[in-house]
Amino acid sequence: MSRAAEDEAEPGPGAGWPLWEVFVRPRRGLAHTHAGSVHAPDAELALRNARDLFTRRGEGVSLWVVPAAAVTASSPDERDPFFRPTADKPYRHPTFYEVPEGVRHL
Amino acid sequence: MNARAETEHAGNGTRDHTANDTAGRAANDTAGRAAAFERTIAADERIEPRDWMPDAYRATLVRQIAQHAHSEIIGMQPEADWITRAPSLRRKAILIAKVQDEAGHGLYLYGAAETLGTSREELLDKLHAGRHKYSSIFNYPTLTWADVGAIGWLVDGAAITNQVPLCRCSYGPYARAMVRICKEESFHQRQGYELLHTLAHGTSAQRAMAQDAVDRWWWPSLMMFGPPDDASPRTEQSMAWRIKRHTNDELRQRFVDICVPQAEALGLTLPDPELRWNEERGHWDFGPVDWAEFRAVLAGEGPCNEERISRRRRAHAEGAWVREAASAYAAKHPRGDAAPHVPAAPNVPAAPNVPAAPNVRAGAS
Repeated sequence: MSRAAEDEAEPGPGAGWPLWEVFVRPRRGLAHTHAGSVHAPDAELALRNARDLFTRRGEGVSLWVVPAAAVTASSPDERDPFFRPTADKPYRHPTFYEVPEGVRHL
Repeated sequence: MNARAETEHAGNGTRDHTANDTAGRAANDTAGRAAAFERTIAADERIEPRDWMPDAYRATLVRQIAQHAHSEIIGMQPEADWITRAPSLRRKAILIAKVQDEAGHGLYLYGAAETLGTSREELLDKLHAGRHKYSSIFNYPTLTWADVGAIGWLVDGAAITNQVPLCRCSYGPYARAMVRICKEESFHQRQGYELLHTLAHGTSAQRAMAQDAVDRWWWPSLMMFGPPDDASPRTEQSMAWRIKRHTNDELRQRFVDICVPQAEALGLTLPDPELRWNEERGHWDFGPVDWAEFRAVLAGEGPCNEERISRRRRAHAEGAWVREAASAYAAKHPRGDAAPHVPAAPNVPAAPNVPAAPNVRAGAS
């Protein structure tokens, strides 16, 4: 929670600008998808840079920029325990259930 | 926790251990993580920023991705030299779009490098200090308008041949950047080819100009694939880590095989008297590359090395006050403040899982 997060939040003059993660929604009805990242001094410029960088060829109709420092990610080291509950609950999946032959639209 | 902050070295303890415990457990952790890394590579899956990786893998990737990024940035110069002199408005607009793309490619690649725990500033400093290289090709001058076409066809063509396999590189962020870049490079290559085709079918002066450009750019393009396999010390390890998927010589051969028929279709010749079809190999044989020239260019003795890097340094130094102004402005206007020209939007209460800032912006735009 980390040095880097603090560094990114407060750039000194001329120091590295903070990093922003960019999400693009290709068109109405679809979800925003992570497209990449940009450096910018503030949200407004991050948005403009992201527009130029990720939507030059009509890729999107909506953009979100989020300070990278605001993103919390799951840890690969804890991947197994963290995501385990799904593996031992096969009854959560429709394929778990047997359906009598000939029954349709189920 | 910031995802990127975590990329540095996963080996450092994340929990409290007694001193005795730490060493033993760290060793076990490292062994386990190394095994997981090898399994991921063997399964041809991607390594992601927060995964454990050998220090040498990280260092190799930082070097390769950074120098790739630098090449995009320096590569804007030889072409940009012709923007003001482009012979038609159509060609000029195309060239501007292309140079803009190159800037974008640099940004994607610096972004990918940063996921490895470095920063763009640090990498640019290394470029400016001459401690990082960029592609040898951009140390050649663009002497005529036809050079813009030769760069598109041959230089971007070589880049595509090099980069398409990188779309399956074992490091996820690099592979994803390459997918995007390759799509855009094919626009670059086609515009160059079309440009040369037009010249080759124009007046005899235009045709001669096109041939001259191809003559000058052909060998430097073959050098873009790097030294021959028996003089490429990093190839073996990079192949084992699946950073590289083919050797330099394999890719160079592939490129020659692609270009020969394309040159024929242009009605231009490639400047190699030893170029001939080898029925037995099923490939085109070609003459020896001048590796002494390649080494000299990489060592800074090419025709434009000094000009390219000093222009980059100057842009960076003379732009310092603008970067400082932007940072100072940002500090005065905390995030969420609308820019002056935007009417203050009412602060819409955001749904719990929707970031507030994008909503405000969307309303304002």
